[in-house]
Amino acid sequence: MTQAHHTSMGLDSRKMAFWAFIGSECLLFGSLISTYLVYKGRSLTGPFPHEILNIPFTSFSTFDLLMSSLAMVLALAAVQRGDMKQGKLWLLVTALLGLVFLGGQFWEFSHFVHEGLGLTTNLFGSTFYVLTGTHGAHVTVGVIWLLTLWVQALRGKLGPANATTVEITGLYWHFVDVVWIVIFTVVYLIQ
Amino acid sequence: MSEQAHATTGTYLRVAAILVMITLIEVGIFYVPTFQTVLVPVLLFLSVVKFTLVVMFYMHLKFDNRFFAFLFGGPLLLGIAVVVSLLFIFYGAVRLRTGT
Repeated sequence: MTQAHHTSMGLDSRKMAFWAFIGSECLLFGSLISTYLVYKGRSLTGPFPHEILNIPFTSFSTFDLLMSSLAMVLALAAVQRGDMKQGKLWLLVTALLGLVFLGGQFWEFSHFVHEGLGLTTNLFGSTFYVLTGTHGAHVTVGVIWLLTLWVQALRGKLGPANATTVEITGLYWHFVDVVWIVIFTVVYLIQ
Repeated sequence: MSEQAHATTGTYLRVAAILVMITLIEVGIFYVPTFQTVLVPVLLFLSVVKFTLVVMFYMHLKFDNRFFAFLFGGPLLLGIAVVVSLLFIFYGAVRLRTGT
């Protein structure tokens, strides 16, 4: 059973540490987005963004990730009120929506490679794969984390007493979502 | 007390509906030629609205202790400053080199 540890400010120390971690992640993604923007439009050879990016497909991925955030808050709300049946359901839905996003990213990357855009093809390829790939790695960690929680819930080891654990998982998952909100605009829509 | 009451399920559903609507608007204006001149500021504004909604309501920053907002907001502002500074430095250097 997870015990709550509080700081002298009365705050949960795990939540405080996790918010600080998310702050550091802002700097990581800030640097990657900067790199993408600085080299935007500087590729000497194709494929170029407007030739290859699939907006309808990525819009679906964005919708999928937004819905996964909704599922995550519903999972947290269910765990907090002790409704573990709903909690397990929404945790699984969140993880599955994350897997759908990852499947879409895998298809997108495969399609781009087939179209001739590799990691070292041009500046667009390098910055695009590093930025979206790092985000995809974060989604992968989130899906593993969610499935771990779901298995814990199935074994009866997750309940209202562990709501902070689910809340911290949710913070991570929503952060991954907000990073995608920025990537979707900066990379896909502003070409 | 470090935390206040979180949002209700109804609030979560309303926020999700707004997020989906904004995404539809973003994709819609992307395809409308009339909006091409104001596309960048409009898309950035809509992105900021979506970002804020998720952080405030789904990450509960609106309801949680303000120190968490400081822990997140400080590095976030620093990250934005890094992005803007690098763009100014890089494009400033390019303009100096090309004399434009």
